[in-house]
Amino acid sequence: MSAGLVLPRYQRPDGVHPPLNSPEYRSSQLRAPLRPLVPMPQGLTEVTGPLFGAERVTAADADLTTRHAGEPIGERIVLTGRVLDSDGRPVSGTLVEIWQANAAGRYNHPVDNHPAPIDRNFDGGGRCLTDSQGRYTFVTIKPGPYPWRNHPNAWRPAHIHFSLFGRAFTQRLVTQMYFPGDPLFAQDPIFNSVPDPKARQRMIARFSLDQTVPDWALGFEWDIVLRGRDATAFEPLAGA
Amino acid sequence: MPEVTPSQTVGPFLALGLPWPYGPFVVPEGTPGAITITGRVYDAAGDPVPDALVETWQADERSRFDHPDDPRGAARSAVPGFRGFGRCPTDAAGQYRIVTIRPAPLPSPCGGSQAPHLDVSVFARGLLDRLVTRIYFPDETEANAADPVLAAIAEPAMRETLIASPAADGGPGEFRFDIRLRGEGETVFFDV
Repeated sequence: MSAGLVLPRYQRPDGVHPPLNSPEYRSSQLRAPLRPLVPMPQGLTEVTGPLFGAERVTAADADLTTRHAGEPIGERIVLTGRVLDSDGRPVSGTLVEIWQANAAGRYNHPVDNHPAPIDRNFDGGGRCLTDSQGRYTFVTIKPGPYPWRNHPNAWRPAHIHFSLFGRAFTQRLVTQMYFPGDPLFAQDPIFNSVPDPKARQRMIARFSLDQTVPDWALGFEWDIVLRGRDATAFEPLAGA
Repeated sequence: MPEVTPSQTVGPFLALGLPWPYGPFVVPEGTPGAITITGRVYDAAGDPVPDALVETWQADERSRFDHPDDPRGAARSAVPGFRGFGRCPTDAAGQYRIVTIRPAPLPSPCGGSQAPHLDVSVFARGLLDRLVTRIYFPDETEANAADPVLAAIAEPAMRETLIASPAADGGPGEFRFDIRLRGEGETVFFDV
């Protein structure tokens, strides 16, 4: 190896992500590690990551309403936004995967026993690649809230699960997108596991009349921000 | 500047969006020299976790990545179909299985070299952020001893949680790597 090779370094966003041990979220108490995480310097494995090509994704994967003979029940929505780095650059060509409950708050999954109807016209999963500006767009229906057993009379606010890769292992992110004005936020330990109230707001989409398609579907916009790279600091890659 | 979006749990229904049919195959099954890594994910009670997702990312057999941010240049593996990335949901018994090839050692940003390893992300209901760990190989004693990431872990028993074992009743190239999320024998997890 020659001298002078440098690696990008991805910033660690302090205080943004929820603490793994969040007792209000009961499931964390059987699964979140007890020991503190061990700091690991970012090497070649961490600053690289899978880059998926268009061959794995079709345009139909981004429309969750046209998979079956009939249309799913519910409020049809267009959900769009950009994937960005925290240094403001769009993340183009990156895979975005989503999954969600149907309009009645029921997942098409054998473990979900909420007594709300399954919609035979709705599977609940979708994927797309961002365009050159980092933009993704899905057509789906607005998911319903649903009860769960975390605490007495616990209900999850309506949400859509999002999975993102970025361009490096360090940028991998799985999160949930919420809808504006949901009255269930105050009692939800998953939403409130994010310690900073301002950071919680970054998980809420905004209604967009610009994205609303007349006579057809309401529009929502939500940008997703992944860890950015330090502009100046590089770790020299020592010769081996 | 925009600020980072917080992480949230994958929840119990990730199977609706994340598994792919070819997910566990970093290389196609039957690839000459392929290895398998099989293991279970356990919770604090010692019960298997049936709703987790295990993802792996690694260098190829020549220590390269097909990625523009590798300062040595992007390079494709000579192994047909190598993808570098593996993804497998756990089954009802908490078990996952990845089919891949052995990665080569890597130059380390801290000097020296890193022993052959896979980076691992673990997602599950109950985890508000992914957990990151590494899989090292049991027959790389010298390379493991010189690995800077392993060396930074003082407690030998903790280091051992990162080293796969030969699979019981397994042939050469069959490895076992269990992941203990919490409590006794807890796997080492990293902040990257």
